[in-house]
Amino acid sequence: MAINSVWVFAQVTNGVATTGTLELLTKARSLSSNVTAILGGDASGVAAQLGEFGATKVYATGDLAGKLPGVAVSGAMKAIIDGGDKPDLILFPQNYEGRDVLSRLSVKLNKSVLTNSIDVAVDGDAVNATTPIFGGNTLVTTTFTGEGPYLVAFRPKSFAAEASGGAPAAIAAASVPDLGATGGAKVTAVHVEETTGPKLDEASVVVSGGRGLGEADKYAMVEELAKLLKGAPGASRAIVDAGWVPYSYQVGQTGKVVKPSVYIAAGISGATQHMVGMKGAKNIIAINKDKEAPIFGIADLGIVGDVHKVLPKLIEALKGR
Amino acid sequence: MNVIVCVKQIPDPALPGALDGATNTLKRDGKLILDDSDAYGVEMALQLVDAAGGGEVSIISMAPNGETAGMRTALAMGAAKGILVSDPALQGSDALTTAKILAAAVQRLGGADLIIAATESSDGYTGTVPEQMAEVLGLPSVTFAKKVKIDGGVLKADRQTEEGYDEVECALPALISVTAGVVEPRYPSFKGIMAAKSKPVEEVTASDLGVTPAGWAGAGQKVTLVAQAEARQAGEIVEDDGESFGKIVAFLENLKVI
Repeated sequence: MAINSVWVFAQVTNGVATTGTLELLTKARSLSSNVTAILGGDASGVAAQLGEFGATKVYATGDLAGKLPGVAVSGAMKAIIDGGDKPDLILFPQNYEGRDVLSRLSVKLNKSVLTNSIDVAVDGDAVNATTPIFGGNTLVTTTFTGEGPYLVAFRPKSFAAEASGGAPAAIAAASVPDLGATGGAKVTAVHVEETTGPKLDEASVVVSGGRGLGEADKYAMVEELAKLLKGAPGASRAIVDAGWVPYSYQVGQTGKVVKPSVYIAAGISGATQHMVGMKGAKNIIAINKDKEAPIFGIADLGIVGDVHKVLPKLIEALKGR
Repeated sequence: MNVIVCVKQIPDPALPGALDGATNTLKRDGKLILDDSDAYGVEMALQLVDAAGGGEVSIISMAPNGETAGMRTALAMGAAKGILVSDPALQGSDALTTAKILAAAVQRLGGADLIIAATESSDGYTGTVPEQMAEVLGLPSVTFAKKVKIDGGVLKADRQTEEGYDEVECALPALISVTAGVVEPRYPSFKGIMAAKSKPVEEVTASDLGVTPAGWAGAGQKVTLVAQAEARQAGEIVEDDGESFGKIVAFLENLKVI
């Protein structure tokens, strides 16, 4: 079927639309000239930005007053669809809120979902989404059948965000219906974890540490090296689970997807879950004791050695420059 | 306090995955084990029931061929009983059908004060089933909980966000998905392993639960192409001789990073 109308679940942080939102809008406008953003919050500050990247209209719920976006925004979407404005395709970011809204809406509409996708294309009457599996070794193309809306979530950085210079999106109010028991969860406090230096998913150099560091204290070497290279420190799931560093440091399937110019993996074996998040790096350097470690299969430069010996010397050498 | 934990029995992640030739969905017909990420939910449930001073932990799972090996691990940790949904008609079910089935299994157990799942499975990782279940059951939910306690009949959780975390309060009954590392899962004791062998696991089909399985054909999507991604070539691998840091310096210089 042809795509007449595409929706994008939009997110705003610190008063601006997230990069992920702009990526999806860029893709959406390549599929249809009728692109609508749906926002859980107030749109007055971002309507111009959303329009610049392709949205002609934005539905906004206004302040959610502590309601979780999963139930609230999906409820608003369902009400709009029931009211007669029905899209053929809805694009979601593969992140915490995106997944929640997508999941709730799929039940409300009784429609299947496709997650972790990296592309979507219209080919004649077919709408095809591309999804990597087995750590990205295999690409699966799924064709949607039956009537829309088709629901798809995309990994970060699947598309490049490019402004089209469109006019500000027209703001329309979306109301959140009575959520009944499902609205029983409320946000009572918001905590922002402060980080210094470049953001992990935007840094041109990322240095990540893993279980091979041996103990939490040794992570300081990773931070020092990252600082010397004006990069951001990252981590494998293993040491995040172990509580050495906060979750926000995690690179991988369930953490951040990074595409830096240089990625240095220190003491990381290269579990699929990690590689999914960093194999898009332009250059990969890996240091690991085990020469059979999967990470060496994708490294441009691999050092088979002890991170406790290699990193201090590398740090000294860089300091001396 | 009664808690139900959704557990998935998956092919050993150490072995390479494969697709079913007919439907191009994940093959799950070999030996299955308890998904590592579900051990956290089982542990969380045991601790909450313990703190409440009464009640029990039940587990529910959906797997082909009557497989219970992974469920026995959860029972050995201390769960009391389980329901296994095993039905050839469910093979290749999408996340929405899975959520409907598991929600029906929750109802068969008479519901619970709390339902716990992992944030996503380690094999299919669609990551939508917990929140879909909550919607099917009409329950509130807190996903990506990394700290959980029950205080005066109210669930209090720290929920992971892009920028940090939110403190969330939620009325019970509710459903939560917990991140790996939320608690440290116990190892089953020998006594626990022996006891697990005689704990009841009821095996049911989709029709026992009153759910019509849509299967992959009814999912509104079909896999039309499977292709190999362009492989990333390995580069130069060297053994550290005490001077290999120089290789890294030269590599970075060459890229003009330093």
